[in-house]
Amino acid sequence: MSDLTTEPVISARDVRVWYGTTRGAIQAVDGVSFDLRPGETLGLVGESGCGKSTLGRGLMGLLPDGAKRDGEVRYRGRDIFAMSPKEAYGLRGSDLGMIFQEPLTRLNPLMRISEHFEETITQHEPKLSKDEVRTRALEALRLMGIPPTRYRSYPHEFSGGMRQRLMIALALVLRPAFVVADEPTTALDVLVEAQIVQILNDLRRNFDTALLLITHNVGIVAEACDRVAVMYAGRIVEQGTVADVFSNPQHPYTRELLASTISLSTTGLRFIPGSPPDLIDPPAGCRFHPRCPDAMRICASTSPIPTTREAGGTVECWLRGPRDLTPAERAPLAHEELSDADEA
Amino acid sequence: MAGTGSGSLPRYIAQRVLLVIPMIWVILTLVFVVLRVAPGDPISAAVGGKLDADALAQRREALGLNRPMIAQYWDYLSSVAHLDFGTTFSDNQPVLRVIRDNGGATLSLTLAAFAIALVVGIPLGLLAGRYRDSVADVVIRLFGILSYAAPIFFVGFLLQVYVAQPLGLPTGGASSPMTAFLVTPHTHILLIDVFLSGNGTAITDVLKHLLLPSLTLGLLICGVFIRLVRVNILQTMQADYVEAAEARGISRGKVTRRHALRNALVPVVTVIGLQFAMLLGGAVLTESTFNWPGLGQKLVDYINERDYGAVQGIVTIFAIAVVLVSVLVDVVNALIDPRVRY
Amino acid sequence: MRRILSALAKPFSETSGLARWMLVIGIVLTAVFVFLAIFAPWVAPYGFAQASAHGTDFPKLGHPDGTHWFGTDRLFFDVYSRAIWGARTAIEVVLLSILVCIVVGVPLGLISGYYGGWLDRILVLVMDALFAFPSFLLAIVFSFLLTNIVGGSVIAVSLSLSAIYIPQYYRVVRNTTVSAKEATYVEAARAMGASDGVIMRRYLFGNVVQSVPVIGTLNAADAILTLAGLGFLGLGIQSTQAAEWGHDLNRALADAGSGVWWTGLYPGLAIVLLVTALTLVGEGLNETLNPTLRRRRLLPVLLPARAETEEVR
Repeated sequence: MSDLTTEPVISARDVRVWYGTTRGAIQAVDGVSFDLRPGETLGLVGESGCGKSTLGRGLMGLLPDGAKRDGEVRYRGRDIFAMSPKEAYGLRGSDLGMIFQEPLTRLNPLMRISEHFEETITQHEPKLSKDEVRTRALEALRLMGIPPTRYRSYPHEFSGGMRQRLMIALALVLRPAFVVADEPTTALDVLVEAQIVQILNDLRRNFDTALLLITHNVGIVAEACDRVAVMYAGRIVEQGTVADVFSNPQHPYTRELLASTISLSTTGLRFIPGSPPDLIDPPAGCRFHPRCPDAMRICASTSPIPTTREAGGTVECWLRGPRDLTPAERAPLAHEELSDADEA
Repeated sequence: MAGTGSGSLPRYIAQRVLLVIPMIWVILTLVFVVLRVAPGDPISAAVGGKLDADALAQRREALGLNRPMIAQYWDYLSSVAHLDFGTTFSDNQPVLRVIRDNGGATLSLTLAAFAIALVVGIPLGLLAGRYRDSVADVVIRLFGILSYAAPIFFVGFLLQVYVAQPLGLPTGGASSPMTAFLVTPHTHILLIDVFLSGNGTAITDVLKHLLLPSLTLGLLICGVFIRLVRVNILQTMQADYVEAAEARGISRGKVTRRHALRNALVPVVTVIGLQFAMLLGGAVLTESTFNWPGLGQKLVDYINERDYGAVQGIVTIFAIAVVLVSVLVDVVNALIDPRVRY
Repeated sequence: MRRILSALAKPFSETSGLARWMLVIGIVLTAVFVFLAIFAPWVAPYGFAQASAHGTDFPKLGHPDGTHWFGTDRLFFDVYSRAIWGARTAIEVVLLSILVCIVVGVPLGLISGYYGGWLDRILVLVMDALFAFPSFLLAIVFSFLLTNIVGGSVIAVSLSLSAIYIPQYYRVVRNTTVSAKEATYVEAARAMGASDGVIMRRYLFGNVVQSVPVIGTLNAADAILTLAGLGFLGLGIQSTQAAEWGHDLNRALADAGSGVWWTGLYPGLAIVLLVTALTLVGEGLNETLNPTLRRRRLLPVLLPARAETEEVR
C-alpha cells in the first residue's frame, strides 16, 4: 500500500459523461473528481443507476454512440480525455484494463483461451516470440489458479468462477497500471464471489495495480478496498478511507445506505423511501434532497459544495459545511408526497 | 467437463447421419402422398392418347398401379432403398438414367453459381455491415434487394436482348453440338469430362456457355448472403466479447475480422444448406431460361407431359439431395463451432 | 387516438438513416400497386385478353406508340393493360394465399405449441419436412396436381402458394407460443382458473401475432416471385384467364431473339418493383421492430461549460 506522498496514477477532475437519448441527455455522471494511487483500491459504491458503471466506462472510453464526456483525467501526467482517439485506444490493455460483469459472454466462444491471450499480448508487444507469449500467458493464469492444462480449452468448458478468473488474468496479463472492475462478482454465487474478492485483494500486494472496484455490494467494499467513494445520481457524495467512512458516515445517503445493508445482526429491514431521480432532468440543488430525512431549505435550491472531512476525503452536504447557514436556509424542508412513479 | 473433441466428432456425425433416415422417410411419404392425392389415373394422363386401351391396361399392370395403395407405398419405399427411382411413363426410361444424363449439368451450374454468390456476397455483406449507413452500405443493400427481386427469367431476357445478341455470346445450351460430340462421358458431368478430354477449344466452348447462366444465377443468389452477413455482422459487432476485446486494445481491424466476422459467418454455413435447397428449385427456372440441359429442364418437360413416374422419381432425388446437404452442413458446423459437439 | 397515431408513427419518428427511407419508399410503392390492382378496370385502357378495339384489331408485336404505350405482344394483347391487370392478379393471389396461411398456420401453431404432445411432434415433423423441401419445387408439384383438379385458376395457384408457406407461419407461431406459455403471467392466469381458450386468445395471441407482419410482407415478396416463376413455366395462370407477369415473360423470351424488348421489359419491371417494395417494407419493419438492429435517433448532447470548481483540499 502506498502512502499519501506517492503520485496518483489516475487523477480525475470534474468528469462528466452524458448519454444521448430520444428524449434528451441523461446526465449520468455530472462532475466527479477523485485520485487513485498505485496499489490502492477505491470502491465505487451506489444504487443501480447512480452512474458508477458509466464512470468506469467513461474512463476507459467504452461509451455508446451519442454519449459525450468532459473533464480531465490525468494518467501519468497526460490527460486521457484530451488525447486523440487513437492514442487513447493504444492505452487500453497495456495501461488501462477492464474487468466486466458477465464473464460468459465476454469471451469469444469460437476462440480458445490461448488465442485470446496470444491476441492480447501480440497486439501490444508484437516482437515477442511464440514461446515468450505462452510463458507470459501461463504465468498470468497460474496467478489466478488456472492450470496450464486448460490453456487450449474453449470458454464454454469453464465454470462461471473460473471464467471470471480468466477475464481477470486476461485483463492483467500486460500489467496495466489502472484497472476498472465493473461489478466483477455480481453474476457469481457467494462462494465464488469470496474467491474473486480474495484475488482482487491480492492484486494490491502483487502487482501494485490501482483498482477502481465498482459494486453495489457494500460488504465487498469493506473487505477489498482501501478507500470508498459513495455515488448518488451522478455525483460522489462522500469519499474517504473505508474504515473512516463506514464507522463515521457524514452524508445522510451514506448513513442510510449502510443502515439498509443486511447482515447477520439485522433485525428489521430499513430502506430509503422513493427512488433515484430521473437524470434527464435532475432535481435542483442537492440531488438527494427529495429523499433525504435531514433535508433543509437550502438543499432544494443550491448544490452543496465539497468539503474536507475530518479524517480525510470529501463530503458534499450542507450539514457539513463549508460555511455556516442562515436560519432561513437551515429550516427543515417540507417533503411533498414521495411518488414512487418517478423511476430514473 | 473438458473434452478433447477428437472422440466425439465421429460420434456426432454418426448421430446426425442416423437422424437423416427418419427425415428422408417423412419426405418420401410426403412425396408419395402428395402425388397420389390427385384424382385420375396417372398413366392415362401421361400416355392416354398414344396407346390403346389394352396396352394401357398392360402398362398399368406392369407399373403396379392396380395394387392397393399400401402396397404401392411399400414398393416405392423399398425401391428407393435399392436406389431404384422408378421409370418414366412417357418415354419408358429408368429415372436413374435420366438423372445420370442430366444431373451433371444441373450440378455444375448450381455449384458454379454458388461459388460466385459466396465470393461476391460475403465480402459485400461484411462491407455493408462494417460501414453501416454509409454510401457503400446503401448501394450494397439496394443491390441485394434488387438482385432478389429480379426473377432470373427477367434478367435472362434482358441479357438476351441487350447483351448476348450484341456480344455474340451463346444464348442457350451447355455447349455447342460439336463439343458434346467430342467429349467422352466419363463422369457424365460435362464440366469435368471436358477438362479430362484436354481439348482446348472444347473447354473454352463449355466455359463460354457456362458463363452467362452461372454468373446470372450467382449474382441473383448473392443478395441473400449479403443481407444475412450484414445483419449478422451488425449483431456480432455489438456482442459483449467484441467490447471486451476492444477494452484490451485489440485493433479495430482485428476485432472486425477475428471476432465479428468469424462469429457472424457461423450461421452462414447453415444458410448455405438452406440456400442449396432454394438453388435446386431455382435451377428449374434457370435451366428453362437459358435452355440448359439439366434435370430442372427435364422436370418441366415431364410435367408438361403429365408424367407421374418421372416427376415422382426426380422430385425424390431432389428431396434426398437436400437432406444429405443438410447433414453435410451440420457436420461442417460442428467442425467450426466448438460448442456444438457437446 | 393520439396514442395510437404516435405508436404507429414510431417507426418514422424513432428511426434514423436508411431504415426510415426503406419503409417510406416501400410503403409508397406498394400503395401504388395496390391502387392499380383495385382500380385496374378504370386505369387500364383495355382488357387483359382484348385483341381489338373499336372494330380494329391490335397489331401483333407492335412497337410502343401513341395507342399502345407499351406495345402489343404476339397474342395481340396490349402490354400496358396486361401490366396493370397483372398487378390485380398478383395482389389477389398473394393476398388470398397469405390469408389462408394465416388462417391455417397461426391457429395450428398456437394449438400445437400450447398443447404439445404427439400432435405437436407430428406437426413439427411434417412442417419441417415441408420447410426443408425446395419451396419452388413444392410449388411446381402442387400446382401440377391442382391444375388437374381445378385448372389454372387464381384459386389453384393461391392454394399452391399457401401450401408452401404455411410451415413458416406455423413454425414461428409455435416457437413463440412454446416460449410464451412458460411466462409467469400465463401461469398466474391458469391459477386463476382461465380456460385454455381464454389463455390462448387473450395472452398468447397478442405476443405471437407480433412477428406475423414481418413474415407476411417478406412472404408476400417471395410469393410474387413464385407466382411469376410458375407462370413462366406455364404452370400457373393461363393468358386468357387473367394477366400474369411471369407468363407474359415466357412468351417474351421467345421473341427476344428478334429484338422485341417491350413485351418482356414491362412485366419484368413490374415484378422487380413490387417485390422490391414489399421487401423494403418487410426489412424496414424488421429493422425498426428488432431492438438490436434499431438505430435510434439520438438527440445530440450539449455539455454546458464547466462551472468554477471550488477545489477543496
